[in-house]
Amino acid sequence: MTTVTDAPPLAPTPAPKERPPRKRGRLTPYWLLLPGILWLLVFFALPMVYQASTSVQTGSLEEGYKVTWHFATYWDAVADYWPQFLRSIAYAGTATILCLLLGYPLAYLIAFRAGRWRNLILILVIAPFFTSFLIRTLAWKTILADGGPVVGALNSLHVLDVTSWLGITAGDRVLATPLAVVCGLTYNFLPFMILPLYTSLERIDGRLHEAAGDLYAKPFTTFRRVTFPLSMPGVVSGTLLTFIPASGDYVNADLLGSTDTRMVGNVIQTQFLRILDYPTAAALSFILMAGILAIVTLYIRKSGTEDLV
Amino acid sequence: MAFVRWLKRHLVVIAGLLTLGYLLLPNVVVTVFSFNNPKGRFNYEWQQFSTDAWTDPCGVADLCGSLSLSLQIAGWATLGATVLGTLIAFALVRYRFRARGAVNSLIFLPMAMPEVVMAASLLTLFLNLGAELGFWTILIAHIMFCLSFVVTAVKARVMSMDPRLEQAAQDLYAGPVQTFLRVTLPIAAPGIAAGALLAFALSFDDFIITNFNSGSTVTFPMFVWGSAQRGTPVQINVIGTAMFIVAVLFVLAGMVIGNRRNRQKA
Repeated sequence: MTTVTDAPPLAPTPAPKERPPRKRGRLTPYWLLLPGILWLLVFFALPMVYQASTSVQTGSLEEGYKVTWHFATYWDAVADYWPQFLRSIAYAGTATILCLLLGYPLAYLIAFRAGRWRNLILILVIAPFFTSFLIRTLAWKTILADGGPVVGALNSLHVLDVTSWLGITAGDRVLATPLAVVCGLTYNFLPFMILPLYTSLERIDGRLHEAAGDLYAKPFTTFRRVTFPLSMPGVVSGTLLTFIPASGDYVNADLLGSTDTRMVGNVIQTQFLRILDYPTAAALSFILMAGILAIVTLYIRKSGTEDLV
Repeated sequence: MAFVRWLKRHLVVIAGLLTLGYLLLPNVVVTVFSFNNPKGRFNYEWQQFSTDAWTDPCGVADLCGSLSLSLQIAGWATLGATVLGTLIAFALVRYRFRARGAVNSLIFLPMAMPEVVMAASLLTLFLNLGAELGFWTILIAHIMFCLSFVVTAVKARVMSMDPRLEQAAQDLYAGPVQTFLRVTLPIAAPGIAAGALLAFALSFDDFIITNFNSGSTVTFPMFVWGSAQRGTPVQINVIGTAMFIVAVLFVLAGMVIGNRRNRQKA
Protein backbone atom coordinates (compact mmCIF):
# COMPACT_ATOMS: atom_id res chain seq x y z
CA MET A 1 0.00 0.00 0.00
CA THR A 2 2.71 2.47 0.91
CA THR A 3 4.97 3.57 -1.88
CA VAL A 4 7.77 4.81 0.31
CA THR A 5 10.33 2.86 2.23
CA ASP A 6 10.72 3.45 5.92
CA ALA A 7 12.54 6.56 6.98
CA PRO A 8 15.96 6.07 8.51
CA PRO A 9 15.73 6.01 12.29
CA LEU A 10 16.23 9.40 13.86
CA ALA A 11 15.85 8.26 17.44
CA PRO A 12 18.85 6.93 19.35
CA THR A 13 19.40 3.27 18.60
CA PRO A 14 16.61 1.31 20.24
CA ALA A 15 17.34 -1.31 22.81
CA PRO A 16 18.19 -4.68 21.28
CA LYS A 17 15.03 -6.70 20.85
CA GLU A 18 14.88 -9.52 23.28
CA ARG A 19 12.28 -11.75 24.75
CA PRO A 20 10.56 -10.23 27.78
CA PRO A 21 12.77 -11.29 30.67
CA ARG A 22 11.26 -14.05 32.71
CA LYS A 23 11.23 -13.13 36.32
CA ARG A 24 11.11 -15.32 39.33
CA GLY A 25 7.74 -16.92 39.92
CA ARG A 26 5.83 -18.19 36.92
CA LEU A 27 2.59 -17.19 38.55
CA THR A 28 3.45 -13.50 38.82
CA PRO A 29 1.74 -12.42 35.57
CA TYR A 30 -1.41 -14.24 36.54
CA TRP A 31 -1.52 -12.48 39.90
CA LEU A 32 -1.05 -9.13 38.16
CA LEU A 33 -3.82 -9.90 35.69
CA LEU A 34 -6.26 -11.45 38.12
CA PRO A 35 -8.10 -8.45 39.65
CA GLY A 36 -8.52 -6.46 36.44
CA ILE A 37 -9.41 -9.41 34.25
CA LEU A 38 -11.84 -10.68 36.85
CA TRP A 39 -13.48 -7.26 36.86
CA LEU A 40 -13.87 -7.31 33.07
CA LEU A 41 -15.14 -10.90 33.09
CA VAL A 42 -17.79 -10.24 35.72
CA PHE A 43 -18.90 -6.76 34.63
CA PHE A 44 -18.30 -6.89 30.88
CA ALA A 45 -18.37 -10.50 29.61
CA LEU A 46 -20.88 -11.98 32.04
CA PRO A 47 -23.46 -9.23 31.35
CA MET A 48 -23.25 -10.17 27.65
CA VAL A 49 -24.23 -13.72 28.59
CA TYR A 50 -27.12 -12.44 30.68
CA GLN A 51 -28.20 -10.23 27.82
CA ALA A 52 -28.05 -13.10 25.35
CA SER A 53 -30.25 -15.12 27.66
CA THR A 54 -32.67 -12.22 28.20
CA SER A 55 -33.10 -11.77 24.45
CA VAL A 56 -34.60 -15.26 24.10
CA GLN A 57 -36.87 -15.06 27.13
CA THR A 58 -40.58 -14.48 27.21
CA GLY A 59 -42.83 -13.43 30.03
CA SER A 60 -43.86 -10.23 31.70
CA LEU A 61 -42.58 -7.98 34.45
CA GLU A 62 -45.22 -9.22 36.89
CA GLU A 63 -44.84 -12.95 36.28
CA GLY A 64 -41.14 -12.94 35.59
CA TYR A 65 -39.23 -13.98 32.50
CA LYS A 66 -38.26 -17.51 31.44
CA VAL A 67 -35.85 -18.71 28.78
CA THR A 68 -38.07 -20.11 26.04
CA TRP A 69 -35.63 -19.79 23.13
CA HIS A 70 -38.02 -17.35 21.61
CA PHE A 71 -35.87 -16.23 18.65
CA ALA A 72 -38.86 -14.50 17.09
CA THR A 73 -37.98 -11.52 19.27
CA TYR A 74 -35.07 -10.89 16.92
CA TRP A 75 -37.26 -10.99 13.81
CA ASP A 76 -39.83 -8.73 15.42
CA ALA A 77 -37.11 -6.31 16.50
CA VAL A 78 -35.72 -6.10 12.97
CA ALA A 79 -39.17 -5.88 11.41
CA ASP A 80 -40.26 -3.12 13.77
CA TYR A 81 -37.10 -1.10 14.00
CA TRP A 82 -35.21 -1.46 10.71
CA PRO A 83 -35.68 2.24 9.91
CA GLN A 84 -33.90 3.15 13.13
CA PHE A 85 -31.06 0.74 12.32
CA LEU A 86 -30.64 2.20 8.84
CA ARG A 87 -30.79 5.70 10.25
CA SER A 88 -28.10 4.90 12.83
CA ILE A 89 -25.76 3.62 10.16
CA ALA A 90 -26.54 6.49 7.79
CA TYR A 91 -26.14 9.22 10.42
CA ALA A 92 -23.03 7.68 11.96
CA GLY A 93 -21.51 7.06 8.53
CA THR A 94 -22.18 10.63 7.37
CA ALA A 95 -20.82 12.05 10.62
CA THR A 96 -17.68 9.91 10.26
CA ILE A 97 -17.03 11.15 6.71
CA LEU A 98 -17.65 14.75 7.78
CA CYS A 99 -15.29 14.27 10.74
CA LEU A 100 -12.59 13.00 8.37
CA LEU A 101 -13.08 15.89 5.93
CA LEU A 102 -13.14 18.51 8.69
CA GLY A 103 -10.58 16.90 10.95
CA TYR A 104 -7.85 16.14 8.42
CA PRO A 105 -6.96 19.78 7.65
CA LEU A 106 -6.80 20.62 11.33
CA ALA A 107 -4.65 17.57 12.15
CA TYR A 108 -2.40 18.48 9.19
CA LEU A 109 -2.21 22.06 10.38
CA ILE A 110 -1.17 20.99 13.89
CA ALA A 111 1.37 18.47 12.62
CA PHE A 112 3.12 20.51 9.89
CA ARG A 113 2.09 24.14 9.82
CA ALA A 114 1.43 25.28 13.37
CA GLY A 115 5.04 25.91 14.46
CA ARG A 116 5.11 27.41 17.92
CA TRP A 117 1.31 27.38 18.12
CA ARG A 118 1.18 23.59 17.98
CA ASN A 119 0.71 22.95 21.69
CA LEU A 120 -1.84 25.73 22.07
CA ILE A 121 -3.99 24.36 19.23
CA LEU A 122 -3.70 20.84 20.63
CA ILE A 123 -4.92 22.11 24.00
CA LEU A 124 -7.81 23.88 22.30
CA VAL A 125 -8.80 20.61 20.59
CA ILE A 126 -8.83 18.72 23.88
CA ALA A 127 -10.13 21.48 26.17
CA PRO A 128 -13.83 21.27 25.18
CA PHE A 129 -13.80 17.76 26.70
CA PHE A 130 -13.67 19.37 30.11
CA THR A 131 -17.08 20.95 29.68
CA SER A 132 -19.66 18.20 29.94
CA PHE A 133 -20.62 17.07 26.42
CA LEU A 134 -24.31 17.36 27.30
CA ILE A 135 -23.90 21.07 28.04
CA ARG A 136 -22.06 21.55 24.76
CA THR A 137 -24.70 19.62 22.85
CA LEU A 138 -27.39 21.81 24.39
CA ALA A 139 -25.44 24.84 23.13
CA TRP A 140 -26.20 23.65 19.59
CA LYS A 141 -29.87 24.25 20.38
CA THR A 142 -28.97 27.90 20.75
CA ILE A 143 -26.69 27.99 17.70
CA LEU A 144 -29.22 26.34 15.40
CA ALA A 145 -32.26 28.04 16.95
CA ASP A 146 -35.18 28.93 14.68
CA GLY A 147 -34.70 32.47 13.39
CA GLY A 148 -31.16 32.61 14.82
CA PRO A 149 -28.21 33.98 12.83
CA VAL A 150 -27.09 30.58 11.47
CA VAL A 151 -30.52 29.59 10.21
CA GLY A 152 -31.06 33.13 8.92
CA ALA A 153 -27.81 33.05 6.94
CA LEU A 154 -28.53 29.60 5.50
CA ASN A 155 -32.01 30.74 4.58
CA SER A 156 -30.90 33.89 2.75
CA LEU A 157 -28.30 31.85 0.86
CA HIS A 158 -31.10 29.45 -0.13
CA VAL A 159 -29.14 26.57 1.35
CA LEU A 160 -32.18 25.49 3.33
CA ASP A 161 -34.23 25.26 0.13
CA VAL A 162 -31.78 22.71 -1.20
CA THR A 163 -31.49 20.78 2.06
CA SER A 164 -35.22 20.58 2.62
CA TRP A 165 -35.62 19.40 -0.97
CA LEU A 166 -33.11 16.67 -0.08
CA GLY A 167 -35.19 15.90 2.99
CA ILE A 168 -32.49 16.59 5.59
CA THR A 169 -34.13 19.76 6.90
CA ALA A 170 -37.77 20.79 7.16
CA GLY A 171 -38.96 24.19 5.94
CA ASP A 172 -36.90 26.95 7.51
CA ARG A 173 -35.97 24.90 10.54
CA VAL A 174 -32.69 23.13 11.21
CA LEU A 175 -33.40 21.97 14.76
CA ALA A 176 -35.33 18.69 15.02
CA THR A 177 -34.07 17.58 11.58
CA PRO A 178 -31.50 14.99 10.45
CA LEU A 179 -29.08 17.82 9.63
CA ALA A 180 -29.05 18.96 13.26
CA VAL A 181 -28.45 15.42 14.53
CA VAL A 182 -25.58 14.78 12.09
CA CYS A 183 -24.13 18.18 12.92
CA GLY A 184 -24.22 17.30 16.64
CA LEU A 185 -22.71 13.84 16.07
CA THR A 186 -19.94 15.31 13.91
CA TYR A 187 -19.18 17.91 16.53
CA ASN A 188 -19.19 15.47 19.45
CA PHE A 189 -16.82 12.91 17.91
CA LEU A 190 -14.53 15.23 15.94
CA PRO A 191 -11.69 15.18 18.54
CA PHE A 192 -11.67 11.36 18.34
CA MET A 193 -10.83 11.75 14.66
CA ILE A 194 -8.33 14.60 15.00
CA LEU A 195 -6.13 13.07 17.69
CA PRO A 196 -5.29 9.74 15.98
CA LEU A 197 -4.84 11.58 12.66
CA TYR A 198 -2.44 13.99 14.31
CA THR A 199 -0.50 11.16 15.97
CA SER A 200 0.10 9.37 12.67
CA LEU A 201 0.83 12.58 10.72
CA GLU A 202 3.30 13.77 13.33
CA ARG A 203 5.37 10.61 12.90
CA ILE A 204 5.96 11.31 9.22
CA ASP A 205 9.50 12.40 8.51
CA GLY A 206 9.43 15.92 7.04
CA ARG A 207 12.30 14.99 4.71
CA LEU A 208 9.92 12.74 2.78
CA HIS A 209 7.99 15.85 1.72
CA GLU A 210 11.23 17.48 0.59
CA ALA A 211 12.19 14.35 -1.29
CA ALA A 212 8.83 14.28 -3.07
CA GLY A 213 9.26 17.94 -3.96
CA ASP A 214 12.78 17.30 -5.25
CA LEU A 215 11.34 14.62 -7.49
CA TYR A 216 9.01 17.24 -9.02
CA ALA A 217 5.87 16.13 -7.23
CA LYS A 218 3.33 18.94 -6.95
CA PRO A 219 2.04 19.60 -3.42
CA PHE A 220 -1.18 17.75 -4.08
CA THR A 221 0.66 14.77 -5.57
CA THR A 222 2.93 14.71 -2.53
CA PHE A 223 -0.14 14.60 -0.37
CA ARG A 224 -1.84 11.89 -2.40
CA ARG A 225 1.18 9.64 -2.84
CA VAL A 226 3.18 10.22 0.35
CA THR A 227 1.37 11.95 3.19
CA PHE A 228 -2.05 10.37 2.93
CA PRO A 229 -0.87 6.73 2.60
CA LEU A 230 1.44 7.20 5.56
CA SER A 231 -1.43 8.56 7.65
CA MET A 232 -3.66 5.55 6.96
CA PRO A 233 -3.33 4.07 10.48
CA GLY A 234 -4.66 7.36 11.85
CA VAL A 235 -7.48 7.40 9.31
CA VAL A 236 -8.52 3.86 10.21
CA SER A 237 -8.45 4.29 13.98
CA GLY A 238 -10.02 7.74 13.71
CA THR A 239 -12.94 6.53 11.62
CA LEU A 240 -13.51 3.61 14.00
CA LEU A 241 -13.32 5.81 17.09
CA THR A 242 -15.93 8.07 15.48
CA PHE A 243 -18.24 5.54 13.87
CA ILE A 244 -18.60 3.11 16.78
CA PRO A 245 -19.76 5.56 19.46
CA ALA A 246 -21.81 7.56 16.94
CA SER A 247 -23.78 4.50 15.85
CA GLY A 248 -24.89 3.74 19.40
CA ASP A 249 -25.47 7.33 20.45
CA TYR A 250 -28.91 8.53 21.46
CA VAL A 251 -28.06 11.83 23.08
CA ASN A 252 -27.79 13.90 19.89
CA ALA A 253 -30.89 12.37 18.34
CA ASP A 254 -32.80 13.07 21.53
CA LEU A 255 -31.61 16.64 22.21
CA LEU A 256 -31.29 17.95 18.65
CA GLY A 257 -33.68 15.68 16.74
CA SER A 258 -37.34 14.76 16.69
CA THR A 259 -39.32 11.53 16.67
CA ASP A 260 -38.42 11.22 12.98
CA THR A 261 -34.70 11.12 13.72
CA ARG A 262 -34.72 8.38 16.34
CA MET A 263 -31.72 6.09 16.15
CA VAL A 264 -31.30 2.56 17.43
CA GLY A 265 -29.81 3.87 20.68
CA ASN A 266 -33.02 5.80 21.36
CA VAL A 267 -35.09 2.65 20.86
CA ILE A 268 -32.88 0.58 23.18
CA GLN A 269 -33.03 3.31 25.81
CA THR A 270 -36.82 3.65 25.70
CA GLN A 271 -37.44 -0.11 25.59
CA PHE A 272 -35.12 -0.66 28.52
CA LEU A 273 -35.80 2.30 30.80
CA ARG A 274 -39.38 3.34 30.00
CA ILE A 275 -41.32 0.50 28.38
CA LEU A 276 -39.38 -2.15 30.34
CA ASP A 277 -39.55 -4.63 27.46
CA TYR A 278 -36.25 -6.30 28.31
CA PRO A 279 -36.20 -9.08 25.68
CA THR A 280 -36.72 -6.66 22.78
CA ALA A 281 -34.14 -4.24 24.19
CA ALA A 282 -31.63 -7.05 24.65
CA ALA A 283 -32.22 -8.37 21.12
CA LEU A 284 -31.82 -4.87 19.66
CA SER A 285 -28.58 -4.25 21.46
CA PHE A 286 -27.27 -7.66 20.38
CA ILE A 287 -28.06 -6.93 16.75
CA LEU A 288 -26.33 -3.55 17.08
CA MET A 289 -23.27 -5.20 18.65
CA ALA A 290 -23.07 -7.90 15.99
CA GLY A 291 -23.49 -5.34 13.24
CA ILE A 292 -20.74 -3.10 14.60
CA LEU A 293 -18.33 -5.99 15.14
CA ALA A 294 -18.95 -7.21 11.59
CA ILE A 295 -18.41 -3.76 10.09
CA VAL A 296 -15.28 -3.18 12.18
CA THR A 297 -13.75 -6.56 11.29
CA LEU A 298 -14.45 -6.13 7.59
CA TYR A 299 -13.12 -2.60 7.63
CA ILE A 300 -9.89 -3.53 9.42
CA ARG A 301 -9.34 -6.42 7.00
CA LYS A 302 -9.91 -4.20 4.01
CA SER A 303 -7.70 -1.39 5.16
CA GLY A 304 -4.97 -3.83 6.08
CA THR A 305 -3.98 -2.29 9.38
CA GLU A 306 -4.30 -4.79 12.12
CA ASP A 307 -1.87 -3.30 14.62
CA LEU A 308 -4.47 -0.98 16.08
CA VAL A 309 -4.61 -2.41 19.52
CA MET B 1 -3.65 36.65 -8.80
CA ALA B 2 -1.42 37.15 -5.78
CA PHE B 3 -4.46 36.62 -3.60
CA VAL B 4 -5.28 33.33 -5.32
CA ARG B 5 -1.72 32.15 -4.81
CA TRP B 6 -1.87 33.16 -1.15
CA LEU B 7 -5.19 31.34 -0.80
CA LYS B 8 -3.72 28.20 -2.39
CA ARG B 9 -0.73 28.24 -0.07
CA HIS B 10 -2.80 28.68 3.05
CA LEU B 11 -5.85 26.61 2.16
CA VAL B 12 -5.00 23.94 4.74
CA VAL B 13 -4.47 26.52 7.44
CA ILE B 14 -7.77 28.24 6.69
CA ALA B 15 -9.70 24.96 6.61
CA GLY B 16 -8.02 23.82 9.84
CA LEU B 17 -8.83 27.05 11.63
CA LEU B 18 -12.46 26.84 10.47
CA THR B 19 -12.68 23.35 11.99
CA LEU B 20 -11.14 24.69 15.19
CA GLY B 21 -13.83 27.36 15.19
CA TYR B 22 -16.53 24.71 14.78
CA LEU B 23 -15.03 22.82 17.74
CA LEU B 24 -14.89 25.86 19.98
CA LEU B 25 -18.13 27.60 19.01
CA PRO B 26 -20.32 25.70 21.53
CA ASN B 27 -17.90 26.58 24.32
CA VAL B 28 -18.17 30.25 23.37
CA VAL B 29 -21.96 29.96 23.45
CA VAL B 30 -21.89 28.19 26.82
CA THR B 31 -19.69 30.96 28.25
CA VAL B 32 -21.74 33.84 26.82
CA PHE B 33 -25.00 32.29 28.00
CA SER B 34 -23.63 31.88 31.53
CA PHE B 35 -24.19 35.66 31.74
CA ASN B 36 -27.75 35.43 30.46
CA ASN B 37 -30.89 36.25 32.38
CA PRO B 38 -33.46 34.09 30.60
CA LYS B 39 -37.17 34.81 30.82
CA GLY B 40 -38.56 31.29 30.80
CA ARG B 41 -37.23 28.04 32.21
CA PHE B 42 -34.89 27.40 29.30
CA ASN B 43 -31.61 29.19 28.68
CA TYR B 44 -31.55 28.99 24.88
CA GLU B 45 -32.37 32.58 23.91
CA TRP B 46 -30.38 35.67 24.80
CA GLN B 47 -32.30 38.15 26.99
CA GLN B 48 -30.06 40.42 29.04
CA PHE B 49 -26.68 40.51 30.74
CA SER B 50 -26.56 39.34 34.32
CA THR B 51 -23.98 37.94 36.71
CA ASP B 52 -26.56 36.39 39.04
CA ALA B 53 -25.65 32.82 38.18
CA TRP B 54 -21.93 33.45 38.72
CA THR B 55 -22.49 34.90 42.19
CA ASP B 56 -24.76 32.01 43.16
CA PRO B 57 -23.56 28.89 41.32
CA CYS B 58 -25.25 26.49 43.77
CA GLY B 59 -28.54 28.39 43.67
CA VAL B 60 -30.37 25.54 41.97
CA ALA B 61 -31.58 22.60 44.02
CA ASP B 62 -29.45 19.42 43.68
CA LEU B 63 -27.00 20.94 41.20
CA CYS B 64 -23.94 21.14 43.44
CA GLY B 65 -24.87 17.86 45.13
CA SER B 66 -24.78 16.11 41.76
CA LEU B 67 -21.48 17.82 40.93
CA SER B 68 -19.82 16.60 44.11
CA LEU B 69 -21.22 13.10 43.60
CA SER B 70 -19.74 13.04 40.08
CA LEU B 71 -16.37 14.20 41.40
CA GLN B 72 -16.42 11.46 44.06
CA ILE B 73 -17.34 8.75 41.60
CA ALA B 74 -14.74 9.98 39.11
CA GLY B 75 -12.10 10.00 41.86
CA TRP B 76 -12.79 6.45 43.04
CA ALA B 77 -13.24 5.13 39.51
CA THR B 78 -9.91 6.68 38.51
CA LEU B 79 -8.17 5.08 41.48
CA GLY B 80 -9.70 1.67 40.82
CA ALA B 81 -9.16 1.66 37.07
CA THR B 82 -5.61 3.01 37.34
CA VAL B 83 -4.47 0.38 39.83
CA LEU B 84 -6.10 -2.55 38.02
CA GLY B 85 -5.11 -1.24 34.58
CA THR B 86 -1.47 -0.63 35.49
CA LEU B 87 -1.13 -4.17 36.85
CA ILE B 88 -2.55 -5.59 33.60
CA ALA B 89 -0.29 -3.38 31.49
CA PHE B 90 2.82 -4.58 33.32
CA ALA B 91 1.76 -8.20 32.99
CA LEU B 92 1.19 -7.77 29.25
CA VAL B 93 4.50 -6.08 28.52
CA ARG B 94 6.79 -7.82 30.95
CA TYR B 95 5.69 -11.42 31.07
CA ARG B 96 4.88 -14.26 28.78
CA PHE B 97 1.83 -16.24 29.72
CA ARG B 98 -0.92 -18.35 28.24
CA ALA B 99 -4.11 -16.82 26.88
CA ARG B 100 -2.42 -13.54 25.98
CA GLY B 101 -4.65 -13.23 22.91
CA ALA B 102 -7.79 -13.71 24.95
CA VAL B 103 -6.65 -11.11 27.48
CA ASN B 104 -5.88 -8.65 24.69
CA SER B 105 -9.31 -9.04 23.14
CA LEU B 106 -11.02 -8.77 26.52
CA ILE B 107 -9.29 -5.40 26.90
CA PHE B 108 -9.95 -4.25 23.34
CA LEU B 109 -13.64 -5.20 23.18
CA PRO B 110 -15.01 -2.65 25.70
CA MET B 111 -13.41 0.10 23.62
CA ALA B 112 -14.91 -1.25 20.38
CA MET B 113 -18.42 -1.60 21.79
CA PRO B 114 -21.08 1.09 21.55
CA GLU B 115 -21.69 2.37 25.05
CA VAL B 116 -25.40 1.64 24.90
CA VAL B 117 -24.70 -2.09 24.45
CA MET B 118 -22.48 -2.26 27.54
CA ALA B 119 -24.95 -0.13 29.45
CA ALA B 120 -27.91 -2.34 28.61
CA SER B 121 -26.14 -5.62 29.29
CA LEU B 122 -24.74 -4.43 32.61
CA LEU B 123 -28.22 -3.37 33.67
CA THR B 124 -29.46 -6.85 32.75
CA LEU B 125 -26.85 -8.33 35.08
CA PHE B 126 -27.75 -5.98 37.94
CA LEU B 127 -31.48 -6.64 37.49
CA ASN B 128 -30.92 -10.39 37.48
CA LEU B 129 -28.80 -10.23 40.61
CA GLY B 130 -31.32 -7.93 42.26
CA ALA B 131 -28.62 -5.34 42.96
CA GLU B 132 -29.77 -1.95 44.19
CA LEU B 133 -28.91 0.66 41.55
CA GLY B 134 -27.01 3.68 42.80
CA PHE B 135 -23.53 4.82 43.79
CA TRP B 136 -21.99 1.33 43.78
CA THR B 137 -23.41 0.18 40.49
CA ILE B 138 -22.26 3.44 38.84
CA LEU B 139 -18.78 3.02 40.31
CA ILE B 140 -18.54 -0.61 39.16
CA ALA B 141 -19.58 0.38 35.64
CA HIS B 142 -17.15 3.28 35.47
CA ILE B 143 -14.17 1.21 36.61
CA MET B 144 -15.16 -1.36 33.96
CA PHE B 145 -15.12 0.98 30.97
CA CYS B 146 -12.15 3.12 32.13
CA LEU B 147 -9.94 0.06 32.67
CA SER B 148 -9.16 -0.60 29.00
CA PHE B 149 -8.14 2.99 28.36
CA VAL B 150 -5.72 2.95 31.30
CA VAL B 151 -4.19 -0.34 30.08
CA THR B 152 -3.63 1.15 26.62
CA ALA B 153 -2.02 4.33 27.97
CA VAL B 154 0.29 2.57 30.45
CA LYS B 155 1.19 -0.20 28.01
CA ALA B 156 2.41 2.31 25.43
CA ARG B 157 4.74 3.88 27.97
CA VAL B 158 6.08 0.66 29.50
CA MET B 159 6.71 -0.77 26.02
CA SER B 160 8.96 2.13 25.07
CA MET B 161 10.99 1.64 28.25
CA ASP B 162 14.53 0.40 27.85
CA PRO B 163 14.73 -2.92 29.77
CA ARG B 164 18.46 -2.37 30.19
CA LEU B 165 17.72 0.31 32.77
CA GLU B 166 16.22 -2.29 35.08
CA GLN B 167 19.04 -4.70 34.39
CA ALA B 168 21.47 -1.93 35.30
CA ALA B 169 19.66 -1.36 38.58
CA GLN B 170 19.87 -5.06 39.35
CA ASP B 171 23.55 -5.15 38.45
CA LEU B 172 23.99 -2.40 41.02
CA TYR B 173 22.51 -4.73 43.64
CA ALA B 174 18.99 -3.24 43.77
CA GLY B 175 16.40 -5.77 44.89
CA PRO B 176 13.24 -6.34 42.84
CA VAL B 177 11.16 -4.05 45.05
CA GLN B 178 13.79 -1.33 45.01
CA THR B 179 14.19 -1.62 41.25
CA PHE B 180 10.46 -1.29 40.79
CA LEU B 181 10.04 1.68 43.10
CA ARG B 182 13.17 3.62 42.12
CA VAL B 183 13.47 2.83 38.40
CA THR B 184 10.40 1.22 36.85
CA LEU B 185 7.66 3.26 38.50
CA PRO B 186 9.21 6.71 37.90
CA ILE B 187 9.71 5.92 34.22
CA ALA B 188 6.18 4.54 33.85
CA ALA B 189 4.70 7.47 35.79
CA PRO B 190 3.79 9.70 32.80
CA GLY B 191 1.87 6.81 31.20
CA ILE B 192 0.07 6.08 34.45
CA ALA B 193 -0.75 9.77 34.89
CA ALA B 194 -2.09 9.99 31.33
CA GLY B 195 -4.25 6.91 31.91
CA ALA B 196 -5.55 8.30 35.19
CA LEU B 197 -6.42 11.67 33.63
CA LEU B 198 -8.24 9.95 30.80
CA ALA B 199 -10.15 7.76 33.27
CA PHE B 200 -11.15 10.79 35.32
CA ALA B 201 -12.40 12.69 32.29
CA LEU B 202 -14.29 9.65 30.91
CA SER B 203 -15.93 8.85 34.23
CA PHE B 204 -16.84 12.44 35.10
CA ASP B 205 -18.49 13.04 31.74
CA ASP B 206 -20.11 9.65 31.26
CA PHE B 207 -23.79 9.77 30.53
CA ILE B 208 -25.04 6.72 28.63
CA ILE B 209 -23.78 3.97 30.96
CA THR B 210 -24.71 6.03 34.01
CA ASN B 211 -28.17 6.69 32.59
CA PHE B 212 -28.85 2.93 32.54
CA ASN B 213 -27.23 1.97 35.83
CA SER B 214 -27.85 4.84 38.24
CA GLY B 215 -31.38 4.11 39.43
CA SER B 216 -32.53 7.37 41.01
CA THR B 217 -29.01 8.60 41.81
CA VAL B 218 -28.24 11.86 40.01
CA THR B 219 -24.72 12.56 38.77
CA PHE B 220 -23.85 15.86 37.11
CA PRO B 221 -24.45 14.64 33.52
CA MET B 222 -27.72 13.09 34.70
CA PHE B 223 -28.68 16.47 36.17
CA VAL B 224 -27.97 18.22 32.87
CA TRP B 225 -29.98 15.57 30.99
CA GLY B 226 -32.91 16.01 33.34
CA SER B 227 -32.75 19.77 33.05
CA ALA B 228 -32.91 19.54 29.25
CA GLN B 229 -36.43 18.19 29.84
CA ARG B 230 -37.49 20.37 32.78
CA GLY B 231 -35.68 23.64 32.16
CA THR B 232 -32.00 24.54 31.99
CA PRO B 233 -30.73 26.77 34.80
CA VAL B 234 -27.99 29.28 33.91
CA GLN B 235 -25.84 27.73 36.63
CA ILE B 236 -25.17 24.75 34.36
CA ASN B 237 -23.36 27.09 31.98
CA VAL B 238 -21.45 28.65 34.87
CA ILE B 239 -20.14 25.25 35.93
CA GLY B 240 -19.36 24.27 32.34
CA THR B 241 -17.40 27.48 31.80
CA ALA B 242 -15.57 27.24 35.12
CA MET B 243 -14.50 23.65 34.39
CA PHE B 244 -13.19 24.69 30.97
CA ILE B 245 -11.13 27.55 32.44
CA VAL B 246 -9.74 25.45 35.29
CA ALA B 247 -8.75 22.67 32.89
CA VAL B 248 -6.98 25.03 30.48
CA LEU B 249 -5.15 26.73 33.36
CA PHE B 250 -4.03 23.35 34.72
CA VAL B 251 -2.69 22.26 31.34
CA LEU B 252 -0.92 25.59 30.77
CA ALA B 253 0.64 25.44 34.25
CA GLY B 254 1.79 21.90 33.57
CA MET B 255 3.38 22.99 30.31
CA VAL B 256 5.19 25.94 31.90
CA ILE B 257 6.56 23.72 34.67
CA GLY B 258 7.57 21.08 32.14
CA ASN B 259 9.37 23.66 29.97
CA ARG B 260 11.24 25.03 32.97
CA ARG B 261 12.37 21.57 34.00
CA ASN B 262 13.60 20.80 30.53
CA ARG B 263 15.52 24.06 30.47
CA GLN B 264 17.12 23.31 33.84
CA LYS B 265 18.21 19.92 32.61
CA ALA B 266 19.71 21.37 29.45
